[in-house]
Amino acid sequence: MNSSNLLSVVTFVYGFAAILYIAAWIFKKTFPGLLATWTALLGAVGNAAGIIMRWVESYTLGIGHAPLSNMYESLVFFSCTIVVIYLVIERTYKNRIIGAFVMPLVFLAIAYASLSPNINDRIQPLIPALKSNWLIAHVVTCFLGYAAFAIAFGISLMYLLARRKKKGKGYLLSQFPGPAFLDNLTHQMVTFGFLFLSIGIITGAVWANSAWGSYWSWDPKETWSLITWFIYATLLHARLMRGWNGKRVAYVSIIGFMAVLFTYFGVNLLPGLHSYG
Amino acid sequence: MKKKNESAIFFSRLWKFFASIRLTVVLLLSLAVTSIIGTLIPQNQSPADYFHNYGEFFYNFFSALNIFDMYHSWWFQVLLLMLTINVIVCSLNRLSTTWKMVFIKIPRFNVSKFRKLSNKEEFTSNRPLEDLRNKYKQAASKKYGYYRAEQTDKGFCIFAEKGRWTRLGVYTVHLSVILLLLGGLIGSIFGFEGFVNISEGETVNSIRLRKTGQTHNLDFEIRCDDFSVSFYETGAPKEFRSTLSIIEDGKFVLKEDIIVNDPLRYKGINLFQANYGMLPPEEITLNIMSRETGMVYKKKTKIGQPVELSEGVGTFVVKDYRNSFNYKGINLDETFIGVLNRKDGNSINIMLPLNFVSFDNMRKGDLIFSVADYDNRYYTGLQVTCDPGVLVVYSGFAVMIIGCFVTFFMSHQRLCIEVIKIGSKTKVMVAGTANKNKLGMQTIVKNFSQNLAKL
Ligand code: HEM
Repeated sequence: MNSSNLLSVVTFVYGFAAILYIAAWIFKKTFPGLLATWTALLGAVGNAAGIIMRWVESYTLGIGHAPLSNMYESLVFFSCTIVVIYLVIERTYKNRIIGAFVMPLVFLAIAYASLSPNINDRIQPLIPALKSNWLIAHVVTCFLGYAAFAIAFGISLMYLLARRKKKGKGYLLSQFPGPAFLDNLTHQMVTFGFLFLSIGIITGAVWANSAWGSYWSWDPKETWSLITWFIYATLLHARLMRGWNGKRVAYVSIIGFMAVLFTYFGVNLLPGLHSYG
Repeated sequence: MKKKNESAIFFSRLWKFFASIRLTVVLLLSLAVTSIIGTLIPQNQSPADYFHNYGEFFYNFFSALNIFDMYHSWWFQVLLLMLTINVIVCSLNRLSTTWKMVFIKIPRFNVSKFRKLSNKEEFTSNRPLEDLRNKYKQAASKKYGYYRAEQTDKGFCIFAEKGRWTRLGVYTVHLSVILLLLGGLIGSIFGFEGFVNISEGETVNSIRLRKTGQTHNLDFEIRCDDFSVSFYETGAPKEFRSTLSIIEDGKFVLKEDIIVNDPLRYKGINLFQANYGMLPPEEITLNIMSRETGMVYKKKTKIGQPVELSEGVGTFVVKDYRNSFNYKGINLDETFIGVLNRKDGNSINIMLPLNFVSFDNMRKGDLIFSVADYDNRYYTGLQVTCDPGVLVVYSGFAVMIIGCFVTFFMSHQRLCIEVIKIGSKTKVMVAGTANKNKLGMQTIVKNFSQNLAKL
């Protein structure tokens, strides 16, 4: 079994975990929830193993490099980080409903990597521009940031749903954590994401400066990461403004994640230097 | 007198305008939205391209708004400048209050305020007061940088706190933003960016600026001693490597190899491996085969130098070299173009593509030409930059990371333990606040209280 096969299996494990989380939420049962947690954990272990295997495989091919060099590899890493961060949250706050909103995102990310015909899962040699130790620092920090924003996005959706509880009654919403808790958690995730996005942009700038001599060149991908950064900076400040309640902050968090997605996928439609996600 | 008053009012209004967080939100969102434009419309292309793509009306409209170089346009710079003023004014506005709070000698605590907190734990103990006082003091000193005990009517209070300085974190984040903008400004005023192509063996002392296309002289000379390129089995490039020498005042200074991601830095000027190309070869060895006899003979020649063919057929001359050559819609890549001049006055063009050695076979002529050998020389393409603002920008990077970490993950925590004697028992209250992460502080207070109860 090679890493691509293992990661295809992981895709289905995550899909199963997502279904279990949703079932646990809808049917208000503990058992599927417990099973969901263990399935997600199993997926994360398989995911991490897949990444390590791929690393080893690239060395046996004689083109050894960290498996973070193209869209496929970054998506695989992305899903792994989301699951790990999510599981930490689940453990800390003893709440599984968040999983029903986060795990489907993980499934979509890795399913897109494994199944989309546009994405090549072969291990390719590094082109000269990517041969740098900054590659690892840059990609890892960016994706830690993106993962946190993805979770913030899921929680913001929950927040908006929870807010509606007041008007309707909603059997499904009755066991949601309180809006204040969700708002707080969104903020925590956004601060975490903001720190890592900042470090990601910074390592990217330092790398660009060491590779072609300018730390900032308004390349579309760079610019979109800066746009994302502006949006989350807006969110951090909007919270300090009177009149901006959690609802508007939740909307900004959702817009911010749309910008993340565009930085990640959309920019490839525009011309630029970045050859991968 | 009146005049002075008016300007004072104007100034205070201006100050208020720039001290508002609402303005920050507006500016950040404006920057986010306008930045999108430059990613949809390619920047710094040639005017002719724009004219062709957008038509006359939009070309004029976009030109007027500087959309084709929008990140350097006056209005984008104004947004950045306003953000800078905003962040400076806003920080100054609050700094004095924070400063007083952070550098106070004896921090003030108010028991009644702690009593009102919702984040509060209570328990009773059978231990004597003095006993508890020593134990609790120890516990507080272990976890908190500052603590003090105060005697009260019915017992005692212990106040403790840590991380007062973390309140300054947000100012360092804002300082870092200023450093970045300042570094960018320094770079755009005092720096430059250009490129130069150097053939193997050649020495240059000037480069071409990217923005204006003008020549810029350097204080030293750069010689390209060697260039090499290697490929993976897939054909994708693996490494570009140039060996460069620096020569100053006619004297050799240093020699270094550069590859992508590993530039040469000398006197504030950086030389980056950017691209490369093939130079037209000078020495060519031709293979000439007679179709009838199968006899092969070799001839050395140069571009433009006619070769006398045996048996008096005529002459052959290599006229030209092309890096790419299109033959009936197929790109033959590097190709020599020669002319065969026969004695009878007939002349015919002959293509000699380097990658398709038997190409001339298809011509079905009596003589078959191909290239046996040629000297391949490269030129290396260097990106040349000078940016004295980089150090300021990098310090901004460092300050930003540290500042964000402090601001997001550290907080100013204040804790109060109040112990009151009620009859033969003592009642203990533990309450705490933090300026950040209130959820986390709840857990801290709970755990601390549980620890105290066990003592
Ligand atoms: C790109 C520019 C900026 C960045 C990256 C930035 C970053 C930050 C960060 C990370 C925080 C902490 C938020 C939190 O605690 O959750 C913050 C707080 C704050 N920012 Fe900014 N900021 C920027 C521009 C500005 C500007 C222009 C102003 C001017 C009004 C401003 C005013 C404030 C204030 C008043 C606070 C709250 C400080 C406190 O909690 O006492 N910021 N900023």
